[in-house]
Amino acid sequence: MLKLEGVSKRYGDENTGVLAVRDLTFEIGEGEVVTVVGPSGCGKTTILKLMAGLLAPSSGAVTIDGRPLVKPPLEIALVFQDYSASLYPWMRVAENVRFPLDPKRVSSAEATGRVERALESVGLTRFADSYPWQLSGGMQQRVAIARGIAYQPKILLMDEPFGALDAQTRAELEDLVMRVRDEFGVTIVFVTHDIDESVYIADRVLIMGPRPTYVEQELVVGLPHPRDQITSKEDPSFAHLRGIVYRSIRESTQAMASVAKDPER
Amino acid sequence: MSGRRIGLVAAEILTPVLLLAAIAIWTNTASSFYFPPLQEIGEAFAENWLFARVASDVLPSLFRLLAGFLTAAVLGVALGVLLGRVAWLRRQASPVIEFLRAVPPPALLPFTIIALGVESPAKIALIAFVCVWPILLGTMDGIAGIDLTQRDTGRSFQIRAMRSLFRVELPAASPQIFAGMRTSLPLAIILMVISEMVGATDGIGYFVVQSQRTFALPDMWSGIILLGILGYLLNLLFSLIEGRVLAWHRGAREQTR
Repeated sequence: MLKLEGVSKRYGDENTGVLAVRDLTFEIGEGEVVTVVGPSGCGKTTILKLMAGLLAPSSGAVTIDGRPLVKPPLEIALVFQDYSASLYPWMRVAENVRFPLDPKRVSSAEATGRVERALESVGLTRFADSYPWQLSGGMQQRVAIARGIAYQPKILLMDEPFGALDAQTRAELEDLVMRVRDEFGVTIVFVTHDIDESVYIADRVLIMGPRPTYVEQELVVGLPHPRDQITSKEDPSFAHLRGIVYRSIRESTQAMASVAKDPER
Repeated sequence: MSGRRIGLVAAEILTPVLLLAAIAIWTNTASSFYFPPLQEIGEAFAENWLFARVASDVLPSLFRLLAGFLTAAVLGVALGVLLGRVAWLRRQASPVIEFLRAVPPPALLPFTIIALGVESPAKIALIAFVCVWPILLGTMDGIAGIDLTQRDTGRSFQIRAMRSLFRVELPAASPQIFAGMRTSLPLAIILMVISEMVGATDGIGYFVVQSQRTFALPDMWSGIILLGILGYLLNLLFSLIEGRVLAWHRGAREQTR
């Protein structure tokens, strides 16, 4: 459905610019949960912006259902890491969720229904009239997820969405993400730097290499559904997959560190 | 209300009352021509402003003030949005704006008189010209400084340009827009008075000068006091509106502390 073919992205011009992403090729299938994990600073956010149509590739093509992506498509909704900036503080929770529903495309009654259902599925019905800044970080990110759901995208793109949250809240929201996939049949692309998280929620893991990044390795996660924070993580195959991801990231991190020390190399 | 709060309010009221009493006693005993007894000023105030001269002088003044201020607000926000969005235009315009706002406003008075005459439009134009800069600069900074994530959020959800302007960009910039207006409001009052003191046939500023020329000092003082009260009330009104419109901003800021 969403396809990247030979995508590279260079910031700046040919000679002095920085190559952030090189020769990226992968495809996201319908209804999948795909996590993108890589060492810090490898260019994960660049990949996400390329997939969202917020950045144009320097070469190669990003297509959705065969159409080239030239601007953010209606099929994709984004959930940002920085929920406090991504939610508009001058709008109440329900207004924030409703705002992306363009009155020219979605009738008022339809929008109201979608907002109610989305808030219900993230458990925030009671807070519809609160302002986002009156809620905890975890609840704010739930609002952002509800906003994504109400938009009814085919793909929910999440950019390190739980990076700023504490471990327990993070675990709750990981389970919420999988529930959302089951309830709404939405495809989820989830960028993270958390290794456990990348395996736990995924059907497939894309492990990224050092900058300029590319797909280093692809893992299929065969853990049974529904997943559970305790039993799934006790599963020997979880430990095995986690080890593979960890090893790859450690190697990439070392590679980037040696390049930084010796830029001539 | 707690006892402490009552005490504070009482102290707030007490200070002006004591001050007025002191002025009353002093002006009564001093028998100075320049500082007539307070009750004479009070009588002149009642005679002039309750409400004999409201229609002939107060309303024209208020009309000029508000028309000038609102013109400045509309122009300042519109130009500020444009400059805030277009970085190269902003760089080109910045020195010009800095120069224009550095011109002392009363220096423009002779020009507006010769170019636009002495009627209300000339005074409104002068007030607007002076008030526009702080609002323009505030809007420009506000729009240019919108958080990247806020922008990307709007873009990713394909928010249409007009909707984005009124529901994302202007609200995001509104704290700075209001800060600009807060700077402009006293300028508007000053310019209103100055413009009415030169080549005018009505208005509070005109009245103050006329009274002075006819040595009617209680009348003159009553005009000055009215201007003080008006300025105070306009500031209060502005703060109320600002408090309502920016309630979210205060709340969000207190939350992050």
